[in-house]
Amino acid sequence: MAIPQAEFTIGLQCKLCGKIYPKSPVNFCTDDFGPLEVVYDYDAIRATVTRAKIEQRPRTMWRYRELLPLDGPPTVGPQVGCTPLIRADRLAKELGVSKLWIKNDAVNFPTLSFKDRVVSVALSKAREFGFKTVGCASTGNLANSVAANAAQAGLEAYIFVPSDLEKAKILNTSVYGAKVIAVHGTYDEVNRLCTQVAFKYNWGFVNINLRPFYAEGSKTMGYEIAEDLGWRFPRHVIAPMAGGSLIGKIHKSFEELYKVGLVSEAPRTKMYGAQATGCNPITDAVKSGRDRHKPVRKPNTICKSLAIGDPADGYFSKNLIHTTGGWADDVTDDEIVEGMLLLARTEGIFAETAGGVTIAVARKLLAENRLPRDEEIVLCITGNGLKTQDAVEGAVEKPALIKPSLDAFVEVFTGGDMGLPKTYGSAVLV
Amino acid sequence: MSVTVEIPSPMRDLTDGRTRVAVEGATVGAVLADLVARHPAIRAKLYDGEKLRHYINVLVNDEDVRYLDDLDTVVADGAVVALIPAVAGG
Repeated sequence: MAIPQAEFTIGLQCKLCGKIYPKSPVNFCTDDFGPLEVVYDYDAIRATVTRAKIEQRPRTMWRYRELLPLDGPPTVGPQVGCTPLIRADRLAKELGVSKLWIKNDAVNFPTLSFKDRVVSVALSKAREFGFKTVGCASTGNLANSVAANAAQAGLEAYIFVPSDLEKAKILNTSVYGAKVIAVHGTYDEVNRLCTQVAFKYNWGFVNINLRPFYAEGSKTMGYEIAEDLGWRFPRHVIAPMAGGSLIGKIHKSFEELYKVGLVSEAPRTKMYGAQATGCNPITDAVKSGRDRHKPVRKPNTICKSLAIGDPADGYFSKNLIHTTGGWADDVTDDEIVEGMLLLARTEGIFAETAGGVTIAVARKLLAENRLPRDEEIVLCITGNGLKTQDAVEGAVEKPALIKPSLDAFVEVFTGGDMGLPKTYGSAVLV
Repeated sequence: MSVTVEIPSPMRDLTDGRTRVAVEGATVGAVLADLVARHPAIRAKLYDGEKLRHYINVLVNDEDVRYLDDLDTVVADGAVVALIPAVAGG
């Protein structure tokens, strides 16, 4: 007889002291305030799942449903996930590496970032718990995703963001009818405010009281990478870090695939973290050997999606990077823009600023010999460049403007360089 | 030097259900010491040995003390000290 989905998830466990809690909307241990993590019955899952069973399911993240913490079928975001894993040969050549893949969540459904993965889990869980109102603290992508998925689910949404967020990210939240609260302050201040709001009102905040469930959604990025590689693990994975959760969940996903028997060899994947120099608490902790990250009071980077100065999973991601034998680094705003252009011009992928961070950090790690050139590397692209167009506006060429005549085109085409807008003067425009 | 400490809901069973506790102290360290003196059971929640637990943020008038002088941060008369669980976001 089939085991009910609800029985695969046992409960929640404190990552510090190990205390077990029942499945409930709570994100921290009441003894030591440590983070709670979902606990599964891996033996039961192992007895149930097979590669064949998963492969015959629809191409969405829910094909791995036994390893996700819902008690029933997903009611929010049933089409999320299964984004392309792309063999990136042109970028590989540019970077001087032999085998490179891009996991492209810039085209995740419905809001073009990896956050749709975590939100579909969190809001499906919010419905199981009976919440009617949901919310989040966000640097942008999460705001978009909660707003869209809540609209589809008929849930009321309150979205808290720093007031200096990119216009596109605010518009892409408001359009879904969510109530957007722009807070004068940093993301960390927004986050703290949301913790207080969550205590005062009984709402389901996806990254506060629903956080243990929410964070599990990120594992699906890792399951998909492994399955698309033919049920095996890459040697190196580079992921951007904001709160530091994603990198840990990707690695956890590999360990779980091994644990439940879907991949026969234990993961030896080295995990690498990428941040912007203007907000680098985790990479700083890795590079300096600090035990705990030093929070960044005022992040200053064009990469707003990664601008979390006090990452909740900073400690765990730093430890993971060390224990897997990976490394971490950060890059300047100019390097971020270069990374975005390099990806766009070699692979035709327009990633947001965080993607530029990942590409630029990969290049830096290679230059520093922290990353070997002859082993398989996966780069995680988590969001879409259409949301952060301001970042590259000054770095791309303006279109050549001509009259609708062949002569005008020939003059531009032969009169020099088609791609030379700087010298493209008013004479031609008369 | 009277200061108000805001108690988060998971600690309120240790403060007789009170959401705010009036204490005395000129620094954050002294304020928390007085809170513990009035409600001794709260000590285990706040401290791991002699150190404040990592996953509790302490704010003085909405500013995180890690950006000030940690436990040595001076608190003025009438200040509000808030204790807020830190595991959130991302």
